[in-house]
Formats: sequence, C-alpha cells, structure tokens
Amino acid sequence: MNVGVIVFPGSNCDRDVAYVTRDQLQQPTRLIWHDDPDLGDVDLVVVPGGFSYGDYLRCGAIARFSPALKATVDHAKRGGLVLGVCNGFQILTEAGLLPGALVRNRDLHFICDRVPLRVERTDSLWTQHYDAGQVITLPIAHGEGCYYADADTLKAIEDRHQVIFRYCSATGEVNEASNPNGSLNNIAGLCNEAGNVLGMMPHPERATDTLLGNTDGLALFKSALTALVDAA
Amino acid sequence: MTAPFSPEEIASEGIKPDEYEEIVRRLGRHPNRAELGMFGVMWSEHCCYKNSRPLLKQFPTTGDRILVGPGENAGVVDFGDGLQLAFKIESHNHPSAVEPFQGAATGVGGILRDIFTMGARPIAALNALRFGDLSEPRTRRIFTGVVSGIAHYGNCFGVPTVAGEVYFDPAYAGNPLVNVMAIGLMETPEIVKSGASGIGNPVLYVGSTTGRDGMGGASFASAELSDESEADRPAVQVGDPFLEKSLMEACLEAFKTGAVVAAQDMGAAGITCSTSEMAAKGGVGIDLDLDKIPARETGMVPYEYLLSESQERMLFVAQAGREQELIAIFEKWGLHAVVAGTVIEEPMVRIRFQGAIAAEIPATALADDTPLYHHELMADLPDYVKTARQWSEAQLPDCAVEGLAGDRPQTWSAVLMTLLDSPTIASKRWVYRQYDHQVQNNTVLVPGGADAAVVRLRPQAGPLAAALVNTRRGVAATVDCNARYVYLDPYEGAKAAVAEAARNLSCVGAEPLAVTDNLNFGSPEKPIGYWQLAEACRGLAEGCREFGTPVTGGNVSLYNETLDSHGNPTPIYPTPVVGMVGMVEDVGRVCGQGWRAEGDIIYLLGLTLEQGDGAAEAVTLGASEYLAVVHNTVAGRPPRVDGALERAVQRVCRDGIRQGWVRSAHDSAEGGLAIALTECCISGQRGASVTFPLGQTQAIRWDRVLFGEGGARILVSVDPAMATAWEAYLAETLGDRWQRLGIVGAGTAPLTIDLVGGERLLLAEVAALHGVWSTAIERRLAD
Repeated sequence: MNVGVIVFPGSNCDRDVAYVTRDQLQQPTRLIWHDDPDLGDVDLVVVPGGFSYGDYLRCGAIARFSPALKATVDHAKRGGLVLGVCNGFQILTEAGLLPGALVRNRDLHFICDRVPLRVERTDSLWTQHYDAGQVITLPIAHGEGCYYADADTLKAIEDRHQVIFRYCSATGEVNEASNPNGSLNNIAGLCNEAGNVLGMMPHPERATDTLLGNTDGLALFKSALTALVDAA
Repeated sequence: MTAPFSPEEIASEGIKPDEYEEIVRRLGRHPNRAELGMFGVMWSEHCCYKNSRPLLKQFPTTGDRILVGPGENAGVVDFGDGLQLAFKIESHNHPSAVEPFQGAATGVGGILRDIFTMGARPIAALNALRFGDLSEPRTRRIFTGVVSGIAHYGNCFGVPTVAGEVYFDPAYAGNPLVNVMAIGLMETPEIVKSGASGIGNPVLYVGSTTGRDGMGGASFASAELSDESEADRPAVQVGDPFLEKSLMEACLEAFKTGAVVAAQDMGAAGITCSTSEMAAKGGVGIDLDLDKIPARETGMVPYEYLLSESQERMLFVAQAGREQELIAIFEKWGLHAVVAGTVIEEPMVRIRFQGAIAAEIPATALADDTPLYHHELMADLPDYVKTARQWSEAQLPDCAVEGLAGDRPQTWSAVLMTLLDSPTIASKRWVYRQYDHQVQNNTVLVPGGADAAVVRLRPQAGPLAAALVNTRRGVAATVDCNARYVYLDPYEGAKAAVAEAARNLSCVGAEPLAVTDNLNFGSPEKPIGYWQLAEACRGLAEGCREFGTPVTGGNVSLYNETLDSHGNPTPIYPTPVVGMVGMVEDVGRVCGQGWRAEGDIIYLLGLTLEQGDGAAEAVTLGASEYLAVVHNTVAGRPPRVDGALERAVQRVCRDGIRQGWVRSAHDSAEGGLAIALTECCISGQRGASVTFPLGQTQAIRWDRVLFGEGGARILVSVDPAMATAWEAYLAETLGDRWQRLGIVGAGTAPLTIDLVGGERLLLAEVAALHGVWSTAIERRLAD
C-alpha cells in the first residue's frame, strides 16, 4: 500500500499518520506538500489533522483550493482511497467529497478526550477488521467537530448507511449524553456513497501503539491495507 | 545641555532619573527618542534582571547532564542515546491580566519560540496558572480567557499541553499568573546559540511583519498594574499560531543547512533586544537598516520599529554567501526573510532609517553592562509573618473521632467534601480537556491520571528519527508551587516547591534531572517584597542542591501587584514556580495515581501516622488548604522539608515502580492524606479500606491526621503477591519511615478510614466524592 499524506503548512498530525503507516505497518509512505499537484502512485491519500492554512476563515475553506487537494479529488473520483481525519474531514466536506459540514462544538470549547464509538458497519472497506457492533475508544481533539447536514442530506446519508462511526456510551448506546460535540445523529465518521472516501473527527492514528495504551485505531489502517491487497 | 525630554517622558519609558544620567554618561550625549526607548526596555527587570541578578547567582547551574545552562534562549539537558532536551518556563502575567486570551496565547508563542530557536522541536507544553476567586465575574472572565488562549495557540501549533497546575486565591484577583513551560527535542546536529559572529556576515530578519502591536511590552510587564492598565491594551501582542508553526518548520529546516551562524527570537523588546543581545554575546556589533524590515503598517518611526513586539519574528546571522538558500526555505513556508543588516567589528548596535542613523548604542550598554540594584534585606521578620506564626491549633474548634465540634459541628466526610469542592483541589478536567494533549503521538500519561506527565522521546524528524523509532525512553515533567507556603515562609516554601516537583516526578517513576524556575513576585523595591524574593531564592537554591537538579534558566516577573482605586498596592503571594524534568528509562514502566486492582495493599511512605503526630513541624495544619478553606485562615508555618527523608522516599518509590512492585503512586500534598486517598480512589474508580494505627483515647487532633500536610509522604498500592519482597526492601531502605495503611476495595466500595479500636473516622461513597470533585469548577462558571 503506497500511502500519501498531504502536508499543509498548518498540518500537525501528518507525521503521526506517517508513524503509523510507515513505521508501524511498514508501508511505503510519502509526505506530499500542499502545492504539489502530482500524487504519484499512491493508493491511499490521508488528509491529516491540524489547521491547514490557519483555518481563521472557516476550517478547510482554503485548503480545498490547493493543488494537492485537487489531485486528491481526482484520485477519489477514480475510486482511490481517501481518509480525512479531523481537519482532514473538514477539508473533505469543503471539497465536496463528503456531504454535510463540521461546525463549532456544542459547548463552544475545544475538546480533547478519549470517547467510545460504535462501529456501525463492518462491511465497509475501512472497518472490515472490526467486529459487528463493536464499541471502540478513540481520541478526539477538535473545536469544530459538530457534524451538521440538512434534513434531506441527513436522511440520504442514513438511508445509504454511510455512517461508519457514531459517538456512544461505554456500552454502545447512542444518545445525547454520549454525544461530545452535538453532532447530528451522533455522527463521528462517514463515507461517501461509493465508500472509498472516509472522513472522521476521532483520531485513529493516535490509537495504534501499545506503549501509549490504546490500539483501537489500528484495525482501520489494516482494513484499508486488506482492501488494497484484495483489489490488487 | 538640558535633557531633550521632560521627566515624565523619561519616566514613561520606565527609566529612573539616576538611570537616565547613566545613559547620558555612557553615550557621552543625550539619547534620542528611539534610543531612550531602547534603554527603557532593555533595562527593564524583564530583560536585564536588575533587581534579581545577585540572587539568581546562588542557584546551582551545572551538572553532568547539563549541556546549556542559564543565559541562552533555553536550557539543554542530555537525556542519553543522543537525545538532548531544551526546556524553559516564561511568564505572561501582565498581558493576561489586561487581555486574557491574547496575553496567554502569546505567552505560549514566546516560550515555543525560545525552544525552537535552539534547534529543538517542541514536544510538550505545561502551564502554571493562578487566579482570584471564581465567585468574581472578572476572575471568571480572566480564567476562561486564559485557558482558551493557551488552547488556541498550543492546539493550532501542534504541541501537546500535557500538564499544569491551577490555584485560585483572592491574592491573585487583580494580577493573575500565567506561566508557560515548553520542552523540545533537539533536531539539529548542533545546538543553535545566539552570539553573533563573523564580521561581514549578513543579518536576516525572518518570520512575520512588524507592526505597532505590543509596543514596549517588556516595560509594561515590569510595572505595577493599575486601573488604567486596561488602556495599555496595545502593549499586548496578537498571536498567530499558524504562522509560528510555519516559522518553526522553516527554522528547523534552515538550521539543518548549516548556514545559520546564530539565531535569536524576537520576544520582549523585539528588534532592540535581539540585535543587542546577539551583538553583546558575540562581542561584535550589528548594523541594521529598518527600511529593509517588512512592515505591516505604514508611517512607522524608528521608535516603533525598535520597540514593537509583533509576534512570530526572529533574527539570524547567516554565513555570507548562503543567504539565498535560507531565504528560499522561508519563502517556501510563506514567510518573510530579508537581509536587513550586517555583523560589524565595532561593538555597536547601529540602526539606520531612511538613509540616516536613527540610533547608535554600544551593545553591551544595552544587554550586558546593565544597572544592578542591591537591596537591603530587612533584619527582622515582616509583621504579617510574625502575626501568622502566633497561630496555633489551639485556636481551632475542638474535634473528635466523629468530626469537628464547635459552633458548626460537621463530620470528617463533610469536611472532606468541602475540600474537594475547593477549586484549587478539585478536578482540572474543565481546563485540560481544552488542550490537545495527545498530538504528536507520544503522550504516555495524559493529564489528570498521574502526578506528572510522561512523554515518549521518539524524534519526529532529524538524524535520530529512524534509529529511535522504537525508543522506550521518555521525559516526565511537572510544574509546582504552593504559594501559601512561600508567603508564610519563603525559604521553606520555595524549598518545598522543589521537593514537591521531585516527588511528583518520582511518583510516575522518573529520576529528577533539572529545573527551570519562574519567579513571580511583588515589587523588590519594597522591603517585604525583597525579603520574600531573597528568602525564596535562597530556598530554591538550597532545594535544587539537595535534589541534584540544577537550574538551567527561567524567568523573573516582578511588580506583580494590583493598585486598587485608592492607589493601595496589593502584592500577590510570592510564587516561585518550579518546572522540573525527569528521566524515564522505560515508558512501559510508569505509574498513575489511581488504584489498579481490588485487594492491592496500600502503603504510606514517609512519616508514619504516629511519627507525623509527634512532629508538628513536619506534618502540620499550618499554611494548609484545610485551614484556608474550612477555617478561612491563612496562618501558621508550612511543613519543614526534610531533604534526606524526601530523597530516600522518592528513591524508594522510583525503585518500586521500576521493579514492578508499585502499581500506583500519589503524593500527599494540599489537603493531606485524606485528599490523597480520595484522589487515588477517584482516579482508580475503586474504594479503599484504610486503618489508622491510632487509638481513640489518644489526645489527637484528627484534622491534623486527616488533612495535615508535609511528611515527605507518598501513597502507593502494591500487588499482594509482591508484598513480601516490597516490605523487605522498605525495611532495608526506609527503616521505620513507612507503614501498611489498608486495602484497595472494589469498584462499588466506599472509602473508609477506621482506627485500630474499630471506631470509624470517615466513610464516603467514591461516586459522591467524584461528583463534587469533578464539577466544582464547572458549577462556579455556570453561576
């Protein structure tokens, strides 16, 4: 699996993703500068967390115009895998690869925490190594992670089973008390209709290391790897 | 010739009449307006330590692992395997009082710049904060603003904010303290220093543009705050963490080319400070042309260029002929980089503007050979201390096994609840949840679960990255200061701050290595203020020697006083914050504070209950949180530090963790043993059944037993299967300075404390304790 991680000047999780794909999973990984229009032969593009160009206007609003992101959109349209984490998720919605938008957290504060998530589908290429209905714990760290979409879009998302992760309680109940940021339908991560693009606010790359006490994110990267091996 | 300035104009630059005469003597003429401003900021306490320098000299500053001591942008410590750690603490108290969000944010920006100017990538941030009482709306505004400012800057920059401490006390109502510490991992082959060298080498200005923001911030930081200070808001800078992140990446890239001779960040006093310090340190001069400086506003005069504290800027000396290489790197990151000057032989700072010389001052006059004030140490103790020392336990209401007697009798569990509800003791989750504490994927212990933070030292880039990708080495870090102790006894209190920092590191299993200190004090020009400063420095120096932790740098913030509307100055508590780093050999062998398993045995290391009861100087209610919160009394003397016992207990704790015997460790600090036990229960989500080996018949102050502070105490829990080996080791190393205290209970079990005779001192459900403790701050903010 050739992994490309897009690097904006304000990205700050780019090296964390590379640590997982290159150092832990031993996959060739390249950091791609934001003004590079050529992604090369990458199989998986990761748009990492951070603050792309400072995000003083609106998260990801400028990033979508960058050459590397335009190339990422083309890659996605050709069916290539694209994973957007945190700021990456925000950018993918701005770029139109995923529906809806991410707005300020319900309590208006930045939240850094570890939260339980219910894996909604295990037939997706991103989650095939998880168990059906499994509750995992992943770190979150965002100020604008409240998922929003208009009623029609939301209905379409649910009808097509695009939601991959939902915020839930430790025992898997999806309710308001287990919703850290006010996201509609407790949506923490969702894919596009074709399933090759995934955006999520939680950070799977921060949960892959036994030394740091949590490896719940590893199965996501392994799932993508399996999908690419199967496709090859 | 009479001065071209009125006394008021001179005073407005923070310059005293004597100092003005000295300036004239040194220049052989009167300064112009720009030069006067340059002297004003460079001779401020913030920049030249004119009041504190003689006191700072007594700190131990060298050691086997110290690579860079005080005097550079940050200290550097050898962590083995080629890992070198830069770290430093800095204050942004006055800006945060006036503009909490930007004041705190730019404080973070400043300390991060100090770290990456050395060639180190910031890997962790900490902060020590002091606010007034949360019942005051103004305090709530400052508190929430400061926390979001720190979060804004650190989160966007991408450095994990891993630990800190927050105290609330009316002493800080008008003058909050915002001390921020940063730690970085050296990424360049050589540590980048700040002394300019190489006559004819180009001087590069890099980073952001220069504007009128933050004019004269260093002088502002060195004056008392008054009702008019709010009008000084332009003295507070505005930060851009995104730009700083780019600046950091660009700087590290630039340093790796080897084309950078020296670097200095522009913090306090901006261009003035960086040019004069670089020139003075290198024994050379710098000729700088202000017309080359990228400006964000038009019509600025030299005075404004020179005193601007616009953020995210640096000054480089480059190798002649390689400037284009460097400029290309900065432009790639969307930053300015221009050749603005030259290193010259003549040791002068020469500033040009529109073809003329705007300022010309010997570099050493600004940066090195600065004024020094010696103050007389008062011969007698201050009156407030004498009064405080007259306090004795006899003034407290009677107490019994059941609780406090007197007018308002209450059980010990009710007293415990009151203490848990004190914002100083309560959970700080509301604060640290706003800080990204996991970015960079190296945070081993997250905030709230342990006595210190632990961060793995896996380099993200640079020459060691590939070789150390699987490293298990880590750094533990903490910031500590109980300022009430320091107020009531500056010498013992400052020593106690060092002891507590070392104890906190030991509780996670780390070996204390080095210190950075932030001296937050009132005016040194007042006898009491100077006495507090001098005594605290003596205590810090002694503490650092006892624990083998040299001081590698720090910050001095004086004049932390608020003038009320009647003009009466109210000083803060003297607050010498100790930031300490320690070595973790294996991040897989560290310890949190919460109980881990039912049935584990609880031990008390340090003075036993019986010994504590017999030694009023070692375990006391004097200066305690209990006395302040429950009895509204700030009096007595803080516990005296027993250095030998502290060191022995801490070593035993570290060894126990390394051996795998100890499964949790937590020190007894504010609120004493009862609070420490409660925190172990809350953090571990388990109860505990504790027996105190004391009998009801003894004439004992039960509040001192429960809530007394001191005694070099650490609570640990140990797997019963390991108890034999552990106890043999304890007997050998600590003699009789330890005891078994009880057993960890189930998740649903309460915390109970009984006496040997079976009488019950305290019973509380852990869920109820947790409920009060976890919501104390949020409830006050919702008011």
